[in-house]
Amino acid sequence: MADMAVTDDQEVDQSRRRFLTAATVATGAVGAAFAITPFIKSWNPSERARALGAPTEVDVSKIEPGQMVVTSWRKQAIYVVHRTPEMVAALPQNDARLKDPASADSEQPDYAKNEMRSAKADYLVLIGICTHLGCLPKQHFERGDAALGADWPGGFFCPCHGSKFDLAGRVFEGSPASVNLRVPPYEYRGDTLVIGVDAQKGVA
Amino acid sequence: MANAAEGAAKGGFRAWLNKRLPVDEFMQSQLVGYYAPKNFNIWYFFGSLALLVFVIQIVTGIFLTMNYKPGELTAFDSVEYIMREVEWGWLIRYMHSTGASMFFIVVYLHMFRALMYGSYKAPRELLWLIGMCTYLALMAEAFFGYVLPWGNMSFWGAQVIVNLFGTIPGIGPGLVEWIRGDYGIADSTLNRFFALHVIALPLALALLIVLHLVALRQTGSNNPDGIEIKAKLGANGKPLDGIPFHPYYTLKDIVGVGVFLIGFAIVVFFVPTFGGLFLEAPNFTPANALSTPDHIAPVWYFTPFYAILRAVPDQRLGALLMGLSVVAFLFLPWLDRSPVKSTRYRGWIWKLALAVFTVSFLALMYLGLMPAEGRYVTLARIFTVGYFAFFVLMPFYTRIDPVKAVPERVSYHA
Repeated sequence: MADMAVTDDQEVDQSRRRFLTAATVATGAVGAAFAITPFIKSWNPSERARALGAPTEVDVSKIEPGQMVVTSWRKQAIYVVHRTPEMVAALPQNDARLKDPASADSEQPDYAKNEMRSAKADYLVLIGICTHLGCLPKQHFERGDAALGADWPGGFFCPCHGSKFDLAGRVFEGSPASVNLRVPPYEYRGDTLVIGVDAQKGVA
Repeated sequence: MANAAEGAAKGGFRAWLNKRLPVDEFMQSQLVGYYAPKNFNIWYFFGSLALLVFVIQIVTGIFLTMNYKPGELTAFDSVEYIMREVEWGWLIRYMHSTGASMFFIVVYLHMFRALMYGSYKAPRELLWLIGMCTYLALMAEAFFGYVLPWGNMSFWGAQVIVNLFGTIPGIGPGLVEWIRGDYGIADSTLNRFFALHVIALPLALALLIVLHLVALRQTGSNNPDGIEIKAKLGANGKPLDGIPFHPYYTLKDIVGVGVFLIGFAIVVFFVPTFGGLFLEAPNFTPANALSTPDHIAPVWYFTPFYAILRAVPDQRLGALLMGLSVVAFLFLPWLDRSPVKSTRYRGWIWKLALAVFTVSFLALMYLGLMPAEGRYVTLARIFTVGYFAFFVLMPFYTRIDPVKAVPERVSYHA
């Protein structure tokens, strides 16, 4: 043992000590990163939450023209609107007052990235969550609605922070929201609208 | 008062104890031997009151946990059960809900004191930063607690606040899903917020409060004159303008505690909802994911920041400014270039700036409670500018501010 003892006149090898310290810290950091992973991952949606997020079905033939049905998919309100031909025809008139009329910056599947923001012009399918901070926009489909002024073309109004959207879920200038209401993936099986699944990507 | 030396000499249990645990030594060094400036005024009550409210929240919180059941099907009902069926449950809950608002009242007054007397300036920068971290932890603690009763305002408040993280470019949407643990605010969200509210944040708060007190012992308290009392020491090596914290300030603080508890009891017994400010009416309806309350407003203590969020027409910029409006306080020690600490010896420019800030803060607090329409939005924009001007222009106006000469000793009238 005597030959291993460090005596006073022996120089401490600082570079070796620094290397050992750095190596220990690095190994410890990698270990900590591994150890923390299960705790971080435990906050992800659980298997049960994912299973409950399965697609939702709506029979669109039972929705009268001009009527809206609210359903839910993945805890989000889903608006299904049966637009009348007049509503559809009036949509292009809004373009000049919209932030993103062509939905270039907004979130929607490719088949809804058009003027109508839907796969079929008659039916509008939207996630009913304001793109501002997540409240539910309310339906104000009447033209010139008393609360929203004579030039109101009909659409949605969010009571929380005053965002306004047209009947394609596109956001008007002057709203705190900066993008259009989101469109969920969906497909039709006959008259049945299936929300949460589409031909392009399968189940979302 | 028996000091450490006497205690040891007497023998008996106290000597036995002090040999094993330095009780007397600790009291001596932290309370009797700790000298605080003799010119403290009414503004110096709020630190000890904040500590008192923290204790009230911990004690009432422990007892609420015994009957509260987190979970989307049980939370709302268990709070009603506490209110109607648990003996004295209503009192414990009202103490806790009133305590939350009282916490912010005393903390805001405590922070305003620091602004008035320059308590954040050198050598107390770290003391200020630790205090600000405590405030941030308190905000998180209050938010998580607000979600627990699972009323409709709890639900939609959580929705709005959690979605703020969704405005972060790139990682936003994934981050929001991770925070919620589901595709919407759900049972999993409520349960993790409960865990954070009852254990994680209270532990963090306790640690931060201890650090705050340790840092205070190191630098010593500032005072209304903003003079370092340690610069003038007496023959005993203690500051000439200082007096022992115990018994002088412990007794003074007890008077403050008495007055505070009278006000606290009046609120708890006569106006526990405080006209919808402490407990909001829509929160007496259970959470409903398919129905937004007509008007969403956070509890009063968050409304200044909420008003800033709504004043900005762009959502990402709004969220950024809201965050900055809170974080801005952290930079105060370095933004303030004045050679003088206390407002007493500062010039008219500083006094004007502090007045503009105070008015803006209170006005935004009011506007955040109002709907985001018409002139309310215009006013919120004006006061947002006033709020940020205080911070952004500070390096300039504090340098040209005509300050007065600071006296050598504190002004004190017995």
